[in-house]
Amino acid sequence: MPDVHALVNDGVIKLKKRKIEGSKATAKLTAELLRSVISQQRIPHTNQAGALIDAIKAVGEQLIAANPVELAVGNIVRRVLHIIREEDLSLTTAAIGGLSLAAASDDEDDLERDHPALSAAAIAAAARSTLRPPSLQTLIEDMPSSAAVPHASSSGGDSEEKSKSADKNSRSRKLKHNVIEAVNELLQDIATCHEQIAEQAVEHIHQNEVILTLGTSGTVIEFLCAAKEKKRSFRVFVAEGAPRYKGHILAKELVARGLQTTVITDSAVFAMISRVNMVIVGAHAVMANGGVIAPVGLNMVALAAQRHAVPFVVLAGIHKVCLHCNL
Amino acid sequence: MDSRRAPRTVIDPKVRQVGFFAPPDRAQPDPSAASSSSPPVFNSPSGNSLSPVMIPPARPLPFPPLHLSPFRRRSSGESVPAGSYNPSAFASPIGSLKDFDGSIPSPGWGHRGTSGKHASSLPSGGFDLSAVKPNSFPAISLTTVSMVNMPAEKDGGLSGASQNEQSANAKPLKEKTSKAERRALQEAQRVAKIAAKAEGSKAPPAISGSVTSGTVKPAKTAKAPFQKKDSSSVAASEKKGGDRPPDKDKKKDVPQPRLQFDDKNRVEKAKKRAVVKQTEARNRVELFRHLPQYEHGTQLPDLESKFFHLDPVHPAVYKVGLRYLAGDLSGGNARCIAMLQAFQETIKDYSAPPEKALNRDLTGKINSYVSFLIECRPLSISMGNAIRFVKTRIAKLPLTVSESEAKATLIADINSFITEKIILADKVIVSHAVTKVRDGDVLLTFGSSSAVEMILLHAHELGKRFRVVVVDSRPKLEGRLLLRRLVAKGLSCTYTHINAVSYIMHEVTRVFLGASSVLSNGTVYSRVGTACVAMVAHAFRVPVLICCEAYKFHERVQLDSICSNELGDPDAISKVPGAQEKSCLDDCTNSENLQLLNLIYDATPSDYVSMIITDYGMIPPTSVPVIVREFRKEHFWT
Repeated sequence: MPDVHALVNDGVIKLKKRKIEGSKATAKLTAELLRSVISQQRIPHTNQAGALIDAIKAVGEQLIAANPVELAVGNIVRRVLHIIREEDLSLTTAAIGGLSLAAASDDEDDLERDHPALSAAAIAAAARSTLRPPSLQTLIEDMPSSAAVPHASSSGGDSEEKSKSADKNSRSRKLKHNVIEAVNELLQDIATCHEQIAEQAVEHIHQNEVILTLGTSGTVIEFLCAAKEKKRSFRVFVAEGAPRYKGHILAKELVARGLQTTVITDSAVFAMISRVNMVIVGAHAVMANGGVIAPVGLNMVALAAQRHAVPFVVLAGIHKVCLHCNL
Repeated sequence: MDSRRAPRTVIDPKVRQVGFFAPPDRAQPDPSAASSSSPPVFNSPSGNSLSPVMIPPARPLPFPPLHLSPFRRRSSGESVPAGSYNPSAFASPIGSLKDFDGSIPSPGWGHRGTSGKHASSLPSGGFDLSAVKPNSFPAISLTTVSMVNMPAEKDGGLSGASQNEQSANAKPLKEKTSKAERRALQEAQRVAKIAAKAEGSKAPPAISGSVTSGTVKPAKTAKAPFQKKDSSSVAASEKKGGDRPPDKDKKKDVPQPRLQFDDKNRVEKAKKRAVVKQTEARNRVELFRHLPQYEHGTQLPDLESKFFHLDPVHPAVYKVGLRYLAGDLSGGNARCIAMLQAFQETIKDYSAPPEKALNRDLTGKINSYVSFLIECRPLSISMGNAIRFVKTRIAKLPLTVSESEAKATLIADINSFITEKIILADKVIVSHAVTKVRDGDVLLTFGSSSAVEMILLHAHELGKRFRVVVVDSRPKLEGRLLLRRLVAKGLSCTYTHINAVSYIMHEVTRVFLGASSVLSNGTVYSRVGTACVAMVAHAFRVPVLICCEAYKFHERVQLDSICSNELGDPDAISKVPGAQEKSCLDDCTNSENLQLLNLIYDATPSDYVSMIITDYGMIPPTSVPVIVREFRKEHFWT
């Protein structure tokens, strides 16, 4: 698919040359790119999910290599892979359950299970049933034997690919369709992460609070402004965040929106934190063990907050959650 | 403890502009300046060493005058561990004003500027005496000031000024609790005095009272004897915040509160008496309403123009004040030494009015000078302790000695204070601390502290192999100057911003920090950012050693950095040097939503400190009150 190749190359170049920066933008780019790849990917009748997964993996590796620092790229790629697997699994279980084929599923919907020969409606219903992650048994075992027995059989990722479906075409179409839908949802989530996070602002910021932050983050700006619109009065101390001085940008933005802002130097963080109620920061990425990758200087702020028992809140959209652990 | 506590003010409304003076020949290399002033101070040959300060030949000195080279930024082959201040240089503290006349060639002025620039380095606890060359001390301020003024007038003005001790004019006052009626009384008296204008104002008592009022810390009733005297003579001493009538004496037991800057009335009254006119800064941070903050840079031109009219203030003191204001002189030791030397000059020129007791009158004058200095920049704790010492000495003068003897004694005492408490103390500290530096160490330091610099250089001279990490912070960026000096000596250094300290701490073995003061509960009061560095070091289990001379210890207690601090120039924060697009805050500085906070000091809790190295040895933070109690009394206040 030259079309897709061109698109992918385009995206890789953009990442490499840092034309697109920031986790949100890169996440969006990655998701859209992968969506195009999926939609244009010709998948074989068998092992559809596997083909998709391979294709996505290939493209994903390229994207990740283009900008390794931007962890959001890798996160999105993994999410899309996960979506594919999930969709495939759900389709598989539904198909199997509905068509009484050799591939059994660990579908918990026993009703449909008992009737090997299901109608189309049943298939659709099964497809909508919730997917559970494959159990250890399903992962280890191979293709299940009988469909009539409602037991959790091996229909792990590998077996999915081998599932036979009578209605292969429709299934393939469904897979792609579902996957693309899910990717669209993901894109939606990415696009609206600021709003979704900001909705919770009122629960956490109360009257006459003093907030400390460092550097700048779009999420934090939206968060604070949402609280302000709900008529909470609070003040913000912004540490300037040398050497990039992003804190100045944040302060300017907050002042423009009418918040009481005070700019302090990074060295004054310890001096001021005794009068601060909460520290709210944005992050570059959130690691699997809870660690946070954030602008330089936040380690100091976190230590100071811990010393003074000040809550330390990190705002991160879903595209920033990472599978790595930082040490 | 000593009853007479020097006015301790961190609250004075001074915002000095760092690097205000950029004399054209700042580029003058320091060594040249230093070497040219190598010969004993009193030669004052070249332009830079304009020193009206000369060692009076027949003065009975407690120990032989140190024929040390004048202060230098870099020790040129001296055995004395060269820190940012050269201890030897102070040797000639006293000078005669006559040197001024005609001894100030124009080229000399520029020279001072160089040091001035370097003096901008503000060690956390140390001092950079590059700017403080005692010999050229008066010239320094003169230089900077005279950039605007004309040299010619100088002589005339100086000679005139030298006679001014007892000038009755309004002198700068310390802030104090205000009593309206007394103030009115003093106002009237001041007016009368101004008319009189002659000499011998019996103002001193009032001054002393004001001094007490200026005392930040409570409990120093000590000023008692001097407080009593005053009351009426406001002429010289008008306190910023209040007057001190005679019955104030009863109050000596009550600690004088600092001027409450959040009380508008008192601030207004204080402003009326201020010599230095400053406008309050807009957009003050609420949390710091109790500290003064003024528009930066508004006072210097005003003071400059008044240089030759300001009779009440001795020119030496005036110069010191201007240097504080301009930011040329910074660092606890440097400021203290400069102030003491200025006092020595004033004592030398002082002649007691016939009907007044010398010690009282002199104390009053000292008080007025201190008021003026506070207006220029709030006192550091080291300065406060030194002032207390001076006043104690004055008070203990036996009444029967002749005036010249008394003056000589005082001058000698001040000399001994400087030598013992600062210069020798630094040597002792260095000798203790180098034992803590091992081969292969990675030492981290923050900002620019004279004591730490001396330690590093001395350890390097001893041949130890180590490397240094210099951590710096905005907006003063003092670490750069320290870095320059260290690299010039051949130490391998790393330079980083304070944000990266948690990144680099894992390879650091020891942390050496300086201090402006150590308080009674072990809290270290030092340049802002020290607390962050100590905290991160503690998190990484790296020992933190504080190097601080014992005279900087203080018996008060401070729990956080907000109760008492100093506010710097807020514009220094919004201006990001070197990056035009980053100075975006400049546009919106006028918005009422935006405040800029530039703290100067912060308080490091004692549990982050592993050890304090003083001239009394290496002590844990818990032993600070012991030293304050035992040794102070012994040496100074008894």
